[in-house]
Amino acid sequence: MSKFAYLSVLLACLVGTAWLEYFLRTKVYRRTIRLVLTVIPVVLAFSIWDAYAIAHGHWKFDPRYVSGITTVANIPLDEILFFIVIPICSILSFEAVRSARNWQAGDEGKK
Amino acid sequence: MTYTQLTIIGVLSVVALDLYVFKTQILRRKVFWASYSIVIFFQLVTNGILTGFGIVEYDGKAIIGSSTPPDSPPAFIGNGRLVFAPIEDLLFGFCLVVLTLILWVWLGRVGVQREPMSGPPRKSIERFVGSK
Repeated sequence: MSKFAYLSVLLACLVGTAWLEYFLRTKVYRRTIRLVLTVIPVVLAFSIWDAYAIAHGHWKFDPRYVSGITTVANIPLDEILFFIVIPICSILSFEAVRSARNWQAGDEGKK
Repeated sequence: MTYTQLTIIGVLSVVALDLYVFKTQILRRKVFWASYSIVIFFQLVTNGILTGFGIVEYDGKAIIGSSTPPDSPPAFIGNGRLVFAPIEDLLFGFCLVVLTLILWVWLGRVGVQREPMSGPPRKSIERFVGSK
């Protein structure tokens, strides 16, 4: 355990889902603009929640296990990365299920 | 407000966003619930690490259960916790995943990189995913 503990969990999430992009052809990273436009509002919304929670003491981070880099409103960099990594993993799972099952998600457009 | 109250507001908000604001209706789709059930399993694992090792610690005043003890892990299950994490985290995670997928699907709907669509799975793993 170290300053990299939290970051290691995030890295494991990225590594653990990366194979979906190749083997299930999720094409999530390849749709970069759509991915970035999805993640930006999520990071904003959840950073506000995080800032409130940190300010009111709902949760705190053990300084031994986080990077020590702090962004706005006392939010650790690790948390900001969490709000980027988890959405990416969620979209990969969603598109992987879709790839494997051919289920509609509502954005297919008319064919 | 407590964490408990905020998660309830959060869940109501994302449900409203999905059904009435963006009208993405992902909460009515099999593809959402199947992928969410995979995500929730891995959430329990990774969040269990973050909360069980005390990387993140909670204040009992903000959650249903008690505060993370200073020198030992919180309850694995019980006392308002599931796999070390406050049960509120499940709702927080739900909000995070649903908001993400609403935006992803909505952007596709309005034509932002709808293509290339996902799939099909590679031949090498077809028998594991049972593609059709």
